[in-house]
Amino acid sequence: MYTKKECVAMLLAGGQGSRLYALTHDMAKPAVPYGGKYRIIDFPLSNCVNSGIDTVGVLTQYQPLVLHDYIGNGQPWDLDKQYGGAHCLPPYQTALGAEWYKGTANAIYQNISFVDRYDPEYVVILSGDHIYKMDYNDMLEHHKAKNADATIAVLDVPMEEASRFGIMITNDEGDIIDFEEKPKQPRSTLASMGIYIFTWSKLKKYLIDNENNPDEDKDFGKAIIPNMMKAGEKLVAYAFDGYWKDVGTLDSLWEANMDLLNPNIPIDLYDPDWKMYSRNPVLPPQYIGADAVVENSMITDGCVVEGTVDFSVIFEGVKIEPGATVTDSIIMPGSVIKSGASVEYAIVGENCVVGEGAQIGARPETFDNRDDWGIAVVGHNITVSENAKVLPKQIISENV
Amino acid sequence: MSRNKKVLGLIFSNMHDNTIADLTKERTMGSVLFGGRYRLIDFPLSNMVNSGIDEVGVITKSNYQSLLDHLGSGREWDLASKNGGLHLLPPFSHVSSGMYRGRLEALYGVWDFIKTSDADYVVLSDCDVVASVDFASIVDSHISSGADITAVYAKDVITVEQAQKATVFGINDDGRIVDVLTNPYMSGACNVSLNMFVLSKEFLKNLVLEANSRGLVSFEKDILQARTHDYKIMAYRFDGYFSRICSMDTFYKANMNLLSTANREKLFLQTRPIYTKVRDNPPAKFAIGAKVKNSLIGDGCIIEGTVENSVLFRGVKVGKGAVVKNSILMQDTVIGSKCEVSCVVSDKNVKVSDMRMLTGSQNYPLYLGKGAVI
Repeated sequence: MYTKKECVAMLLAGGQGSRLYALTHDMAKPAVPYGGKYRIIDFPLSNCVNSGIDTVGVLTQYQPLVLHDYIGNGQPWDLDKQYGGAHCLPPYQTALGAEWYKGTANAIYQNISFVDRYDPEYVVILSGDHIYKMDYNDMLEHHKAKNADATIAVLDVPMEEASRFGIMITNDEGDIIDFEEKPKQPRSTLASMGIYIFTWSKLKKYLIDNENNPDEDKDFGKAIIPNMMKAGEKLVAYAFDGYWKDVGTLDSLWEANMDLLNPNIPIDLYDPDWKMYSRNPVLPPQYIGADAVVENSMITDGCVVEGTVDFSVIFEGVKIEPGATVTDSIIMPGSVIKSGASVEYAIVGENCVVGEGAQIGARPETFDNRDDWGIAVVGHNITVSENAKVLPKQIISENV
Repeated sequence: MSRNKKVLGLIFSNMHDNTIADLTKERTMGSVLFGGRYRLIDFPLSNMVNSGIDEVGVITKSNYQSLLDHLGSGREWDLASKNGGLHLLPPFSHVSSGMYRGRLEALYGVWDFIKTSDADYVVLSDCDVVASVDFASIVDSHISSGADITAVYAKDVITVEQAQKATVFGINDDGRIVDVLTNPYMSGACNVSLNMFVLSKEFLKNLVLEANSRGLVSFEKDILQARTHDYKIMAYRFDGYFSRICSMDTFYKANMNLLSTANREKLFLQTRPIYTKVRDNPPAKFAIGAKVKNSLIGDGCIIEGTVENSVLFRGVKVGKGAVVKNSILMQDTVIGSKCEVSCVVSDKNVKVSDMRMLTGSQNYPLYLGKGAVI
């Protein structure tokens, strides 16, 4: 019944995203809204579909409800297939008992039988933490041409940032000869993007060995890759030079949204040849009111804007009342900014109400000491009462 | 609507095509674009789905490629289902059918489809009215009044031009239709038919089979008018927000009326969403220097100029320094930089080169045909 697939994608989407906690209280990080009408996971999913990969296992664990609902049968990404398609894979009970996913490698280990159904030659391992557009098929061609056992996508980062990443050290052929996790003195600037292609038969062996060794971490970076390197398997780097952003912190999530408004930053959502797909809400078109002022912003269906919006990303169904001002901010789906309220350099979560005259965040220029300044964040489903203030750097998880 | 009464919906997608001949040159009335992201058929179809009708036939005649493309399997309306669902009924769907001349012939042409449905009642609707209509309460009223036919109407003040493209009812104190005027020469406050009807399937069957044997063609003339006093034809007054589209002028105004928030709130109810085909556009982008006032903007638009009092469909581009006022720009229209565009209705994929000036007037908007390059 199951016919062979050349390449199957496994998308690690179980992460809590603890540094985004105000926004990931009730949803896994890949479900966090991004870019006006997307969630982070739309990027790896759309990349898969655009790369011709039609079988995707989505490994979920932390707060999976929003994510499972969102992915559904995979239809918005054309991943509702008779054979293949999108499958949510939460941890499950077996005859031997039940356990959580103990790490990235263990999550794949527990789903070996899912992958084996498709009898693939290759498996691409992805995470739901990054914003980028990438043709995994090009990477797969590289993997095949180099006759590699594992290929790791790398990005050339500035030297001063290299110590934040897993750094790959390569020889002249692009083979990985060593790697270091967050090195103090980086020996290279090639940072791992957390995107791996493995020859499945090889990976399967290392996953089983790793599982059988109780002393090892059940993690790709900490165990599988070092083990493969030690055993002399062929590991190669695949250089990517497009836009790639880790949205692991509130600051980087804010920045990644603002990047969409900067014409000089190469993330183009309007490219008809690399469409980003998402689950579309059923809402009328947005209405921009007679006294509204809207510039440098992205706004989507169902919004009613009667105030001022500048340098901001406004998600579906948001209402910005007359006299309200939103600048340099992200307003997530369904929130209401009441009249006279001001939102500056802030993230406002889903379904919030920002009361009349309330003030969220402030411009960095108003601070003498820049270290006292930061993005203000209002979590999901929060009511900010009239004339209340949320200071820069403040993170609100309860009504104020 | 009582759960044990099953209702079949039938939508006539080609009726009234000739009233806006420009827009229906390459499409059906049902696939005319409307309101920034919709096509006219989205309204009757969503209304049926929101009223609990899960089996809908769409009767079409000609020019239906865009309609089929829009409706697909009916998934966006939750009608891609194993039981009931969406059925597209082009002509010749039965060997004895052909190009119909009127509603009765059309019904006879798809009789085989209607026959196999296990519905007790049938709701008929055209695509010329934009409104949020609860068909369930109309069916309930039909059942409790014991009517043979229930016809939906609205009180409206109309011009002579509008009346000549309308059916107008005379209604007595009991709510029974006692007079039917088709395309009358009159104006003022009228009971205007919204071209939505409810009948029992059994009554419809007798009507359609008899009409065929007697060579009757028009539902309005040969049934409603000729048999006003033979049948119990009850009027159901719809008193919500509606636009009846019967000319380029009324099409233009119906779009412009959506710039009123009060009107939108009556048409797009949270509990009765209007579904349409998904296009996967990114959000609309407003560039530095964009000035947008009192306008509806679809997703995927990129606006660098000025837009006022206008309806922009999905994927429209307005260049730097361009000024668009009082216009309706359909899907993927491109307005070049420094253009001045006023009172224009542009069809899909129109390209207006830089520095052009195009001006219509509010009662006679300038129409630019599909794919035109100016």
